[in-house]
Amino acid sequence: MYNKRTVIPGLAIFVLFVTLPLWYNGLSAGPIPKPELPPNGTKECVAPASEMRDNHMVLLNEWRDSVLRESGRSSVSVGGKEYPKALQLACMECHSNKEKFCDDCHTYASVKPYCWDCHLTPVEAASKKETH
Amino acid sequence: MDNQRRKFLKMAGATALAGISAPAVVKLTASPALASSAPAGHGAATQDSHAQPAAHGEEAPKGVRLGLLIDMRKLYGKPELMDKAIAACNKVHNIPHYDDRKNEIKWIWKTPFENAFVDQSVYHSSKETKENDFLVLCNHCDEPPCVRVCPTKATFRDEKNGIVAMDYHRCIGCRFCMMGCPYGARSFNWFDPRDNIKEYNPKFPTRMRGVVEKCNFCGERLAEGLEPACLEAIKETGAIVFGDINDPNSEISQVLAKEHTIQRNSSLGTKPSVFYIV
Repeated sequence: MYNKRTVIPGLAIFVLFVTLPLWYNGLSAGPIPKPELPPNGTKECVAPASEMRDNHMVLLNEWRDSVLRESGRSSVSVGGKEYPKALQLACMECHSNKEKFCDDCHTYASVKPYCWDCHLTPVEAASKKETH
Repeated sequence: MDNQRRKFLKMAGATALAGISAPAVVKLTASPALASSAPAGHGAATQDSHAQPAAHGEEAPKGVRLGLLIDMRKLYGKPELMDKAIAACNKVHNIPHYDDRKNEIKWIWKTPFENAFVDQSVYHSSKETKENDFLVLCNHCDEPPCVRVCPTKATFRDEKNGIVAMDYHRCIGCRFCMMGCPYGARSFNWFDPRDNIKEYNPKFPTRMRGVVEKCNFCGERLAEGLEPACLEAIKETGAIVFGDINDPNSEISQVLAKEHTIQRNSSLGTKPSVFYIV
């Protein structure tokens, strides 16, 4: 191998530099987010928590397509409870604190869903309420 | 040597000729097979053409097609009723208000006769026609040009009820639909609409900056068993009738059967689902 003396230290420096974010944070991923459980005390969701954790975005997309594109506006019944297929009307009824529930993980994972560009969070909806 | 070249040229010529004539030969030999299948096809075609004249070129109605009828006779001289219907719609759908008309968002609005019915003569029109505004909204056409031009299928015709709906998740704000719509029923959000909404309806989303929006025939209210917001607001006048125009027993079909109605720019062939008694 030619130029062993420069190539090997060069590679070592490169690897160190690329992994700098890991070293910089002391090999810790920071505090793991703990999204707030529904403040109204509801324990049941439309699916088990583990499934919701993994696939809530898929479910939301399915609901959206079903409601908007296939006029499937009928509600879903889980465990004897009716849930309208809607972020604003179903999810946020229990998970009423978007900042402490949605944002907690999304900020940690640096995910920026565009739901709230149009959909109103409970706080926003209450900010401009009927005055009379 | 010479002999071989001569042979090669002959073969090349014959091959070229065969290649050129091959399509013709295939066509000639294949035509009897086509001819034998033709009578069946003709038979089917004649059956179709029998069905057509009965309906005088009109397609046989199939499925639900929601329509709306506005009886302007009940609204003449009462612009406040129209404003009430418009305000109800604006409130239910979180529609922003802009003072500058350049930016305005309209789902249902008022416009003079000559703007609403551009293909109708206004020569010697009546006093009522001249002095009154007309209530207009998306026509939820059976042949919607906006749907044809949308590159992302963000706007589409719902086959289950005939509503020309929008999926704001898909809209990229190209505004082709605004060019396509001959009724001006679509508005573009030049700004974040939230800054100009006075009070929110917490049950409905807003839109975001950069999407086109329009009337949705209150699809979300119909699902709850409610009537369109504009109709509900002025229900006592009976000026607006809503229902399935393909169902001969619906209220709207009965009014359509009894009264002479007009549609906006029906000559364009968009087949509007909004009817007017003027």
